[in-house]
Amino acid sequence: MAMQAAEIEKLIKEGIPDAEVIINDLAGDGDHYAAQVVSAEFAGKSRVQQHQLVYQALQGRMGNELHALQLQTNAPGEA
Amino acid sequence: MSDNPAIDRIQEEIDANSVVLFMKGSPMMPQCGFSAAVVQALTMMEVKFKGVDVLADDEIRQSIKEFSSWPTIPQLYVKGEFVGGCDIVREMHESGELKKLFDDKGVEQAS
Repeated sequence: MAMQAAEIEKLIKEGIPDAEVIINDLAGDGDHYAAQVVSAEFAGKSRVQQHQLVYQALQGRMGNELHALQLQTNAPGEA
Repeated sequence: MSDNPAIDRIQEEIDANSVVLFMKGSPMMPQCGFSAAVVQALTMMEVKFKGVDVLADDEIRQSIKEFSSWPTIPQLYVKGEFVGGCDIVREMHESGELKKLFDDKGVEQAS
């Protein structure tokens, strides 16, 4: 099972409305993605908490339909 | 104690070992690239760690996700604290934060 990049982006934006999301399909197989997510909600949170927010937005798909999503999260203005 | 014996076993591993990696496969033979990447970072730093193979124990494999509210494996724990999965460990290794964490927590590593 695989997910489309647009669907991943839509779910993240529904969960984190101000998120800027860039998704790369790493292997071109619809199964290995990298996502960069920037949101003001991440400010002051640890990386674990930031990634947990993204996983929550994906509503259990991570680790199931979505096998591999390399995540990079930042608050606006962070490197 | 919790209702789930697997959760208790996870807690015991984390209490008994300073550095624990829940992974797919063993440190000698990782069965997944993400697990292998974390093993490689720890090996490069010469940190002693306990590898727990979730493929060998389906109860642990399911319960570890609940334990940490984290949906994927590998998962690294240092002195009882969940540090992160593959992406976070890689980022922290590259930036030197992982070394600092081990220093702060008093975990022995290569000098």
